[in-house]
Amino acid sequence: MIFDIDVASMLLGGLAAGMVLFIVSVGLSVTMGLMGFVNLAHGAFAMLGGYVIVLSMRRWGLGFAPALALGFIVIAAVSVVFERLLYARLYRAAELDQVLFSIGLVFITIAAVTLLIGPENQPLTLPDALQGQIDLGIVHYRTYSIFLIVVGVVIVISLWLGFERTRMGAQIRAAVDNRRMAESLGINIGRLFTITFAFGSGMAALGGGLGAEFLGLDPQYPLKYLVFFLIVVAVGGLGRVTGVFYASVLIGVLDFVLKKYLPQGGTLFIYALTILLLLWRPQGLFGGKSA
Amino acid sequence: MTPTRLSEHVAAADIVSRHRLRIWEPIPWILLLAFYFVFPRYLGFGVELLTMILFALSLDLALGYAGIVTLGHAAFFGAGAYTVGMLAKHGIWNEPITSLILAAAMAGAIGLASGLVLLRTTGLTLLMLTLCTMALLEEAANLGAQYTGGFDGLDNLPIPPLFGLFEFSPLYPKTQYLYCLAVLFLCFVLVRTLAYSPFGHSLTGIRENTLRMHAVGAPVRWRLVTCYTISAAIAGIAGGLWAQSNAYVNLSTLGLDRAATVLIILVLGGYGRIYGAFIGAVAYMALSHFLAKAYPTAWQLGLGLLLVVIALFARNGIIGLWDQLTRRFFAKRAAP
Repeated sequence: MIFDIDVASMLLGGLAAGMVLFIVSVGLSVTMGLMGFVNLAHGAFAMLGGYVIVLSMRRWGLGFAPALALGFIVIAAVSVVFERLLYARLYRAAELDQVLFSIGLVFITIAAVTLLIGPENQPLTLPDALQGQIDLGIVHYRTYSIFLIVVGVVIVISLWLGFERTRMGAQIRAAVDNRRMAESLGINIGRLFTITFAFGSGMAALGGGLGAEFLGLDPQYPLKYLVFFLIVVAVGGLGRVTGVFYASVLIGVLDFVLKKYLPQGGTLFIYALTILLLLWRPQGLFGGKSA
Repeated sequence: MTPTRLSEHVAAADIVSRHRLRIWEPIPWILLLAFYFVFPRYLGFGVELLTMILFALSLDLALGYAGIVTLGHAAFFGAGAYTVGMLAKHGIWNEPITSLILAAAMAGAIGLASGLVLLRTTGLTLLMLTLCTMALLEEAANLGAQYTGGFDGLDNLPIPPLFGLFEFSPLYPKTQYLYCLAVLFLCFVLVRTLAYSPFGHSLTGIRENTLRMHAVGAPVRWRLVTCYTISAAIAGIAGGLWAQSNAYVNLSTLGLDRAATVLIILVLGGYGRIYGAFIGAVAYMALSHFLAKAYPTAWQLGLGLLLVVIALFARNGIIGLWDQLTRRFFAKRAAP
């Protein structure tokens, strides 16, 4: 019986972590799939969102939900400016230029946040309703983790519906599969990309705020988790919402299980697994065509 | 002679003579040697500079010439550094020159093994795989604390005198500087010879148009693997030099920071140009030496801005800008 409870709580913890990974990475996957842009600065948007959310709660006494909404809107708006002014110039550039540009952007963000706000970790204060434990029948578990799982599931379902059932979603899928063909059918790729980019960055901002509780929130955030976000996208496949979801859950749970049974070599194992996986399926575990 | 004939003639002349020594080519070496006499108090910095030049040169071979976009080149630098460090610390072998050869062999072997599987992929997958390989090695070095010293690394490495005569003194790194300079020169001669050889030209061909190189029957994958292995071995030598001159080795030799730094250095100088590594390393190291310690945050901000500007406007680095300027100048003079 003890074993069951252990397994259940491990799965729940891993699921909660996986949801945050998903919320942050989904935008990265879609924008990379759409434009083939190697955007290493995606984590920077997540971090900025986290700061907006945490600081607006602490300094202006905003509630958790309004703060999340504010974070989403502010970062989505900021990313439109970035996309139009800077990213758009590099869509046809070589990969190396995109890598350099986005690493530069990461450095700028880290330095700017350190200068303006300070190098220390910004703790997230959860509202009372989300603190403490909740009784799930078989196991007591942290309310916030359950909240994250619920939020994650709601988001993945609405994204999936949006992706599969709306005109916009169909356009994005078409553009990911065959950009030239989509363009010649009259789909305005530039506009599509701006909207997707803004939405993806807004999601990252949400993830930055929701995950601040266990990922922390300090200026080094974009570099610290860069590899993890990229692994999720690479495993999930480019431009696949459901793929990224499965990959996030898989990696979240795997990370939790490994931390428990293999506290030393867990990360090593994940890297090794990713390498093997990418060699076996370069397009990712859930990706359709070869990228 | 018709104009087309003339330009053909000029192009042909360029192809036959481009490998020849240019008149200004001894200058960097004279300057590096002069540094030894003029700035005896900055030799520690000089040693760091020389190892970074060598490291950037190795990356130039893979990235600049063959067009292999890698984010994990520090894996080989670290492999070399740890080879030297572990052999010396555990009392197995510490003679400097043979240690360097072992470092090159080790890094080259890792380069060959990873290159064989990694170089089948391109683009984002390749980027991810190089990044993961480096992260894997870093994590392994962190975990194998028994052999690698873990997070703290290995310090006080017993490095015996060079040729049994010249002491490696940590305070006055005169021996280290000249030793690094000599090794750099030898590796440079190798890289320069390679770059202008038919092998080097086929690498450029692969970078510019992989499909066409396949079509003309070039063994594309083997060329890439060979190039990657040589590049890894040279990076290993750079890492080995670093470990020997500092008499310690730690995780900083393997991390994303170092990989990003060397990439920035090469891009700043101009990649795919044999002296890009020199210009980039001098510019970067001098700036970072004076700014990074005093104003670390401002330095990072500046570095970020610099990268963005390079990516957007100056894709060929300092040398590229210089080329553009001189070309514009000469174009004006030629057309009065």
